[in-house]
Amino acid sequence: MAATRERKVPALVDKPMDFCPGCGHGIVSRLIMEALEELDQLNNIIFPIGVGCSSNLGAGLECDRLHCCHGRAGAVATGMKRVSPDTLVVSYQGDGDAYNIGIAETFNAAYRNENITVIVINNTNFGMTGGQMSLTTMEGQKTSTSVHGRDCSVTGYPIRFPEIVAREFPGAAYAARGTVTTPANINKLKGYIKNALQAQLNHEGYSIVEVLSPCPINWGLSPVKAMERIEQELIPYYPIGEFKKRGEEQK
Amino acid sequence: MKVEINRARCKECGLCIHNCPKKCISKSGELNDAGYYPVQIDDDACIGCGICYTVCPDGVFHVLG
Repeated sequence: MAATRERKVPALVDKPMDFCPGCGHGIVSRLIMEALEELDQLNNIIFPIGVGCSSNLGAGLECDRLHCCHGRAGAVATGMKRVSPDTLVVSYQGDGDAYNIGIAETFNAAYRNENITVIVINNTNFGMTGGQMSLTTMEGQKTSTSVHGRDCSVTGYPIRFPEIVAREFPGAAYAARGTVTTPANINKLKGYIKNALQAQLNHEGYSIVEVLSPCPINWGLSPVKAMERIEQELIPYYPIGEFKKRGEEQK
Repeated sequence: MKVEINRARCKECGLCIHNCPKKCISKSGELNDAGYYPVQIDDDACIGCGICYTVCPDGVFHVLG
C-alpha cells in the first residue's frame, strides 16, 4: 500500500462550527490554517472577520480575531497591518460583506495596495440572512429578493473583483479565484491561499483569493448538487485560476 | 484503523460519500447528539488516501497515516 501521511485538522480551527451541512466555509477555513501551519505562522496571525456566514469562523477559532462592522474588514485590516506590520493579517469575508456592503473599503484597500490578504467566500447570495441577492448573484438566479430571477439590465452584472484587481491595480501582489468542488480543486485552492499568504509575508502588497463556495440551503440543492451547480453554472462565468501571479509586472 | 471519525462533528452532507474513490463510506444508523446520522468507514476497503479529509467541511476525519 502506498505510504499515507497523517492528516489532521489544525488545532486552531479544530472546534465544531455552526456552518450548514455541505457549506464550503469549513473547508476554506481549514485550508487557511493548513497553509499557515506549513508557513509556520500559526502564532503570528490575526483575522479581521466580516459579518454574515463568515462570522461563524470566529466561534471556531483559537486565535486573535476581530468582528468588524459590516463590510469594513478592509479598513480594519489596514489599521491592524499598519500598527503591526510583521503580523499576518487575513481578512475573511463573504461576497455580500466584501463586495455589496464593503465595496468601498475593499476597493480602497486594494487601491492603496495595503499589504494584507483578503479571502472572499463567494456563494452568490447573502447566506446568513436568508439568501438575498448580492453583487455576485448570477443572471436569472432566483433569490429571496429577486424572486423572478436576477434581471441584469436593472441590477447590473455579477462582479468579478479579482480580475479588477489584477487588471487595474499594478502594485497588487496576487489575485486568484479557486473553488471547493473537487479534491483536485481544493488542493489547488490551498496553493492559491498559500501564495497569497507568502506574498504578504514577503511584503509584496495586496493579495486576494476569491473562493466559489456552495450554499446548499439557500440554493435549495443537496450539497453534492450544489457542487455540480458551481461546476456547470458558476465556473463558466467566474473562471478559476491565478489572474495575477506573484512577481509579475502588469502587462 | 486508517481513519478516525469524530462522530459528533458529522452533519451528514454526504460529500465524503460522493468523493470516496473506494466507495467505502456510508451513513451509519445511529444518530449523533446533533441529530444527524454520522458516516462510517468500511476499514477493509479503505486505502487511507485522505480524500474524505480533504472534502469534509466539518473536520470529521483524522487520517492516521
